[in-house]
Amino acid sequence: MRIPILKLHNYLLISIQTDLDDKTAIQFQEDLLSKIHKSGATGVVIDLTSVDIIDSFIAKVLGDVVTMSDLMGAKVVLTGIQPAVAMTLIDLGIHLKDVQTALDLEQGLIKLRQELEE
Amino acid sequence: MDFQSCVKINREWDIVGARQIGREHAKKIGFGTVDQARIATAISELARNIYLYADTGKICFEIINEIDRKGLWILAVDNGPGIADISQVMEDGFSTSGGLGAGLPGVKRLMDQFDIISETGKGTEIRTVKWVRK
Ligand SMILES: Nc1ncnc2c1ncn2[C@@H]1O[C@H](COP(=O)(O)OP(=O)(O)OP(=O)(O)O)[C@@H](O)[C@H]1O
Ligand SMILES: [Mg+2]
Repeated sequence: MRIPILKLHNYLLISIQTDLDDKTAIQFQEDLLSKIHKSGATGVVIDLTSVDIIDSFIAKVLGDVVTMSDLMGAKVVLTGIQPAVAMTLIDLGIHLKDVQTALDLEQGLIKLRQELEE
Repeated sequence: MDFQSCVKINREWDIVGARQIGREHAKKIGFGTVDQARIATAISELARNIYLYADTGKICFEIINEIDRKGLWILAVDNGPGIADISQVMEDGFSTSGGLGAGLPGVKRLMDQFDIISETGKGTEIRTVKWVRK
């Protein structure tokens, strides 16, 4: 399983459509970083609308993706986190404090554009 | 109690399998979407701990049908190294694997009842229950 990464202008767009197992999550992390490196993308939107579970491992991978992308000069916005997923993250004690979020892909792109123009 | 079914945890993919089966049980019993997500997340944490720290084990489910309430009982059993200091592993942020250390304290908050029975060198059994909210 590999998660497709689309390029749109300076942005990379990812919509996660599968129940993420650990290997797929780690592969995605690697793929995204090398794509940022190759494309010089300045923004990334990861859409989680179809993700109905985020456990501590996946939360860690996503948090690391955000930090690593940031180091490489690309801002990440997570979009479409389901209400049930947001609630379980709080139960897990995971607050994703430094992570930018938006309601959906479109809002995510708007947020990126605002951030990057500042 | 209605039935008991178990899922073996041998490979990484079994973590996904266990949480999907758990969610199906939860749905059938009548849990709402948020509690379904809580249950699936708790199972994912327990199954991953088995896979990471004990190599193999199993997750069992039992539907509890009492006169005045219904619930899902989840049991995680392994014959791994066991847990020497239970209060330590229940601390938020404690991890021996570079994880977030959110798993076990998280499961306790996601579920309604939570017990660990563990003996070093013998293994670990975690029993947890979620009740259907009326
Ligand atoms: N089944 C088990 N057998 C032996 N040790 C265990 C078992 N489950 C958990 N542990 C120990 O308890 C510690 C805490 O577990 P917990 O699930 O809370 O955090 P983690 O697995 O380290 O990280 P996270 O779950 O956040 O990815 C683990 O690091 C491990 O040392
Ligand atoms: Mg864990």
